Amino acid sequence: MSLASYILGILAALITLGVVIEMLRRRRLRERHAIWWLIAGVLALVVGVFPGVLAWAAEVVGVAVPTNLIFFVSVAILFLVCLQHSSELTALESQSRILAQRTALLTLRIEDLEKAAQASPPAPPTSPVD
Amino acid sequence: MADSPISDRIARTLVVLPALNEEGAVGEVVAEVLRSNPGISCLVVDDGSTDDTAGVAARAGAHVARLPFNIGVGGAMRLGFNYAIENGFSTVIQVDADGQHDPSEIPELLQELEGADLVLGARFAGKGEYDASGPRRWAMVLLSRILSRVAGTKLTDTTSGFRATGPRAVVLFAEHYPSEYLGDTVESLVIAARSGCVIRQVPVAMRPRAAGTPSHNPLKAATYLGRAMMALVFALMRPPIALTTGSIDNR
Repeated sequence: MSLASYILGILAALITLGVVIEMLRRRRLRERHAIWWLIAGVLALVVGVFPGVLAWAAEVVGVAVPTNLIFFVSVAILFLVCLQHSSELTALESQSRILAQRTALLTLRIEDLEKAAQASPPAPPTSPVD
Repeated sequence: MADSPISDRIARTLVVLPALNEEGAVGEVVAEVLRSNPGISCLVVDDGSTDDTAGVAARAGAHVARLPFNIGVGGAMRLGFNYAIENGFSTVIQVDADGQHDPSEIPELLQELEGADLVLGARFAGKGEYDASGPRRWAMVLLSRILSRVAGTKLTDTTSGFRATGPRAVVLFAEHYPSEYLGDTVESLVIAARSGCVIRQVPVAMRPRAAGTPSHNPLKAATYLGRAMMALVFALMRPPIALTTGSIDNR
């Protein structure tokens, strides 16, 4: 591995972590959504700084080509992120459906109350009790 | 309620019509519902129509709830069940807004509801000329066989959109009516059956749809069956929901 590719790996990991942390700081990203990206960034940084860790981990789990372990872990993390997003989308859809139902019911109720108020003359204002 | 007069029962019955772009048919259906069942209330749930469905329905004498966007028949019906609870109706009858159901048969559904929680108006039970054919028919028959076992009673038309819901099931459905595709028909039956609701069917005559024709495309039928079976399997895998008697939950 050349020095350039060593630096490139570390830089990429640092940029990833920097962007995620900055977005967290500005509240553009909630922790529950950031957690997978943080894990991925930290892993990339560790492997970038200490390439030996990757070779060791590959041998422990029995992966012949260490790069394949990187691909496997990357795909696994992306899969989990996707699954989490699908689940959140389902929850959001369900919530917006319920909100739509509630607004429709409230609008109908307001219309009915307005009709009732127009049909019967308004009651004289009651004087406040002091 | 067994000895209450029919007029009292009708006064506490809400007819719910989920409608999507049905300005051509909904007015006549509402008028027919009100004409053939004096004293009944009618709620049209406009499921995000882009035409004048809401206006036509209101002029015909229905209460109209307008959904801001399309959420499907299941969501529209759930709105109907909640409206019923909040306004003191004990029974909800679902009728399609396209005019394929005959509102003069509502009393027959109400009569059967005396001893049941959910009554389906079945199209294939020997009355009327409605007949689906080919693969779609087979899909519906298979679905009916399985759901008959789940419900513990013979059901021949489980995808019917003409159904009456009694007080216990109204409370259950206000909270748990499914909104997914086919959930409103297939899964709602499973939920009701597993909660201990008594399900019955009465034969009804079906009129040809005012607009559009049922599909006979085998590929579509297969997709339909696949999605229905998936809805069924997942409905059976979910934990049963206990019936809460009479409690009104306004969320």
